[in-house]
Amino acid sequence: MLKDFFKKSPNIQRRTIKTTQIPDGLFQKCLKCNEILYSEDLIENYYVCPNCNHHIRVNPRERLSMILDSGSFVEWDLDMELSNPIDFPGYKEKLQHIKSVTNLDEAVITGLGRIGGTKVAIGVMASSFLMGSMGRAVGEKITRLIEAATDRRLPLIIFCCSGGARMQEGMVSLMQMAKTSAALKRHDKEGLLYISVLTDPTTGGVMASFAMLGDIILAEPGALIGFAGPRVIEQTIGQKLPEGFQRSEFLIEHGFIDKIVKRSQMKKILSMLIRS
Amino acid sequence: MTDKLTPWDRVKLARKIDRPTSSDYISKVFDSFIELHGDRYYGDDSAVVAGIAKYNYQSITVIAQQKGKNIKENKKRNYGMPKPEGYRKALRLMKQAEKFKRPIILLIDTPGAFCGIEAEERGQGEAIAKNLYEMSSIKVPILSIVIGEGGSGGALAFGVSNEVWMLKNSIYSVISPEGFASIIWKDGKRAPEAADLLKLTAHDLIRLKIIDKVIDEPDEFTVDSMDNLVNDIKTQIQQFLDSHIKMTEEEIVSSRYNRFRTL
Ligand SMILES: [Zn+2]
Repeated sequence: MLKDFFKKSPNIQRRTIKTTQIPDGLFQKCLKCNEILYSEDLIENYYVCPNCNHHIRVNPRERLSMILDSGSFVEWDLDMELSNPIDFPGYKEKLQHIKSVTNLDEAVITGLGRIGGTKVAIGVMASSFLMGSMGRAVGEKITRLIEAATDRRLPLIIFCCSGGARMQEGMVSLMQMAKTSAALKRHDKEGLLYISVLTDPTTGGVMASFAMLGDIILAEPGALIGFAGPRVIEQTIGQKLPEGFQRSEFLIEHGFIDKIVKRSQMKKILSMLIRS
Repeated sequence: MTDKLTPWDRVKLARKIDRPTSSDYISKVFDSFIELHGDRYYGDDSAVVAGIAKYNYQSITVIAQQKGKNIKENKKRNYGMPKPEGYRKALRLMKQAEKFKRPIILLIDTPGAFCGIEAEERGQGEAIAKNLYEMSSIKVPILSIVIGEGGSGGALAFGVSNEVWMLKNSIYSVISPEGFASIIWKDGKRAPEAADLLKLTAHDLIRLKIIDKVIDEPDEFTVDSMDNLVNDIKTQIQQFLDSHIKMTEEEIVSSRYNRFRTL
């Protein structure tokens, strides 16, 4: 989880930023199969490699445009206060920098939208923002989203994508797991629907809280989903992990998710589920 | 004297092999204890000891993370690192406590939830998530006490409580100082610095409102020197029970919700 994502984060950030800037370049190489792809084709194909079906990470605004009825999104809780609860050296500066580079406020966007005309409360996490890690601002935005869904009696959808708790916020980040889970329990008690959608990667503290608490849990193909990061497990057990370990297909085999849904089908499936 | 200790000193004390473990508290604090086993799905996790205790004629459900006292016992107890079946046993018995209106006391002492292939296959993340979710709405008072190590989500799954207390030299952290140092500086040997930054001591965490009470402990803390502490804990537990017995179920649940909501 954490260990894994902080080691990888610089590369992943660059990579995600590059893929989200596809419109600037004519060609794009699939990072999984190395196939050279027309950028336009890729965008038309929901950023899924037509050659190998690799689901490239997308930024939350693109995600929203793929899922919601166009023009229906109203964003909530913009400009959350920067928190630095344990006075972590350099953290505020780092956040400012990432905000300007990613053009995102925090590692999650939340708000109200419509899918096929039906109102939903929706949150989408961003792997490009400190690996989607959950600190106080992320936990607070998600909790407010859940509470708003409960108050307004709306179905709730969260697209998860996170390396876990944000350790620069110390124990305050861990507490967000409890806060979000407790809010979901209240939403549940009101008889309301929560669908969590797991995308690559969903690990650590997010996996061990709201990601796994959906009434229905969907996942994109091939997403890394697990409590402990693969590297941590390899270090613990001293051996290589089997192929496909902790991928969506592994989780469905073990009974922990309801359905693997291709990106091109996601809106249709969500739209059917929220009407069921 | 221990007030001059560095956070890293406390990390070492919290992990010391001769520090009292959960079973010592269970036998010294409570008048009787009947252990109950198993999660009813897969197995019985020996890193979690749980059952029904008597305390001043009241029945209490006690659920504890259990480290070993030596290498042999630690192998059996998996160094206090619960597997999914440990979390599910804990939740099963918390639900049971709710049914029979028994207060719940949880003892936290784990380096973290177990990280292994089987734990992932059996849904470690789901098991922890379910504990956070369900604990938030349990209608009886819940008290958690960190007696040694509180390692990340694996500890939090025992910590969604009305009150969380820590022993003076125990620790509660989002990640181990070693893990933090190896990620941030690529150098696990800088763990003492990391311990400083992470604000993982009882004194730091009461300031951050993450815990509610710090319990004093002796400088040389072993089973032989725990009597004063045991008496102190007994008094404080009675006070906790007294203050919660007047509350309605709704108040118990909403005060727990608000405790975490403001963090
Ligand atoms: Zn490809």
